[in-house]
Amino acid sequence: MLNERVVIEINRIKSKYHDAQSSLLPALYVVQREYGWLSPDAVAAVGDVLNVPRTTVKGVATFYSMFRHKPMGRHLIQLCTNVACMIMGAERLVDILKTRYGLEPNSTTDDGRFSLVVMECIGACATAPAMLVDTDFYDNLTEERIADILENYK
Amino acid sequence: MEKFLLKNIENPNSADIAEYIKTGGYKALSKALELKPSDIIDEVKRSGLRGRGGAGFPTGMKWAFAAADSKKPKFILCNADEGEPGTFKDRPILEKNPHLLIEGMIISGYALQAEYGYIYLRGEYPEAKDILEDAIKQAHDKGYLGDDVLGKGIRFYLHVHQGAGAYICGEETALIESLEGRRGQPRIKPPFPVNEGFLSKPTVVNNVETLANIPYIMEIGAEAYSKLGSPDCPGPKLYSVSGHVKMPGVYELPMGTTLREIIYTHCGGIRDGKKLKAVIPGGISTPILPPEKIDCPMDFVSMPKHGSMLGSGAVIVFDETVDLVKVCLRAMKFFEHESCGKCTPCREGVGWLRAIIERIYNGSGTEKDIDLLLEVSKNITGKTFCPLGDGAAGVVQGFIKDFRHEFEQHISKQVKAAA
Ligand SMILES: Cc1cc2nc3c(=O)[nH]c(=O)nc-3n(C[C@H](O)[C@H](O)[C@H](O)COP(=O)(O)O)c2cc1C
Ligand code: SF4
Repeated sequence: MLNERVVIEINRIKSKYHDAQSSLLPALYVVQREYGWLSPDAVAAVGDVLNVPRTTVKGVATFYSMFRHKPMGRHLIQLCTNVACMIMGAERLVDILKTRYGLEPNSTTDDGRFSLVVMECIGACATAPAMLVDTDFYDNLTEERIADILENYK
Repeated sequence: MEKFLLKNIENPNSADIAEYIKTGGYKALSKALELKPSDIIDEVKRSGLRGRGGAGFPTGMKWAFAAADSKKPKFILCNADEGEPGTFKDRPILEKNPHLLIEGMIISGYALQAEYGYIYLRGEYPEAKDILEDAIKQAHDKGYLGDDVLGKGIRFYLHVHQGAGAYICGEETALIESLEGRRGQPRIKPPFPVNEGFLSKPTVVNNVETLANIPYIMEIGAEAYSKLGSPDCPGPKLYSVSGHVKMPGVYELPMGTTLREIIYTHCGGIRDGKKLKAVIPGGISTPILPPEKIDCPMDFVSMPKHGSMLGSGAVIVFDETVDLVKVCLRAMKFFEHESCGKCTPCREGVGWLRAIIERIYNGSGTEKDIDLLLEVSKNITGKTFCPLGDGAAGVVQGFIKDFRHEFEQHISKQVKAAA
């Protein structure tokens, strides 16, 4: 199920920790980076590589909000809507993503280009509103700026 | 005031080890390694440093508890989860001054006789992860980390461990659970982490900013350090200021600077000529304050006397245009989302608080709902497993205490519309 490269990487990470289960979160990240999401089969396979019960791995994988349990679009938009961003206009940005791209929170555009996840605070409150696109960080967002930025993600 | 925690961060290469060493970096480590571990702990105790993660626990005392436990190995964990909404103070240290944190962790590792340190970094800071990993590699290559730190026969290894988007993992026992590869749910205390923490071994969990103060204490000495800031809470403090001020940002100021000074002297006052309506002083978990109360010194001892808490020092400023019921609702959605689900008063109670505030906000609330909010929140306070649930209840009580009229306005508008 997991390709050889991923298994090697997980085993390398495992050797950095005192016990195998401590490497579970980093291992899940490796899988998510490779496949874009954590399929039930992949979750089970991680358990087998680390020798941690499959149900335990599933319980852990579903606890953390940054792990994805369905396929995502090519680019993941993580937009903050917590208080500091909210009072600086984050809700308008959510509306714009809806009208312009047909993108609702927790959904993916029909062409598979973007997925949107609405976030709690991402620590950019002085330059709110802010978002992450994949692992790139953008702040001081306005209606025009968010549109310009997203043009760079095809 | 001269900057220490944010020293040199305007320099675009501040994260590079050569720049750090050029401005006096890693000297505190050399100095510390000349001392006995127990002397370092005494020095930190005498400095009066209190933890910057929110609770303000005396750092030297925490270290002494862990040092006194005979179990081995010991661990030092850096809490870089920074999840409290409004907080972005650890971020400049992590991204611009990573060697200050690394130096602080090596010193604490030596003081505790711990060979392993982990930095538990929130998943929302992917850039910080790369920067920290580069900095750790540089420190390793220079001999500050690894099998023989500065040729003194001491071993210390440091790893970055990335969280995955769970606010509760900032709570120290949940952080440990998470580091052990489990769901991030808090553990019962006692036993405290200093006795049974990571892998059931003595473990110190300290905030990024706390650890970044250690080199400073080594540099200027406990005596001089204890004279900075407030008498009961010495040292410099990072305040992250957001919302409707002219110049939001992270400010390094003496602990105990008043909210008024922070907002008006340092951040230039309220933007667009508007009036101040309210301030959340220490992150979203701390009770909101009206303008009459902004003369309080922002430290761990003074804030509770003024009806709030220092928390993480995250100041969110609201001008007169803000609907505070909407802010309260957003805060409660946050707590409902982040409740780990372990105990009923928090899991169920916070959901009810959110639902009641939501109906008030949407215009279907009644006069009785405000008292109902107070009653539900009273049934949460003191009955939860960890402070998250308590915090949520305190937030609602804070909003109603000073801004009850805003809730009443939403309700009476509805009554009028129906008539
Ligand atoms: C719900 C909750 C969230 C917390 N989040 C953080 C956090 O993000 N960062 C942090 O340093 N401490 C956080 N804390 C405080 C930690 O439990 C702990 O007190 C702190 O890391 C100890 O470090 P210090 O003594 O250096 O302050 C949180 C506590 C609670 C109850
Ligand atoms: S108070 Fe909330 S977050 Fe804390 S243990 Fe209980 S359910 Fe979990």
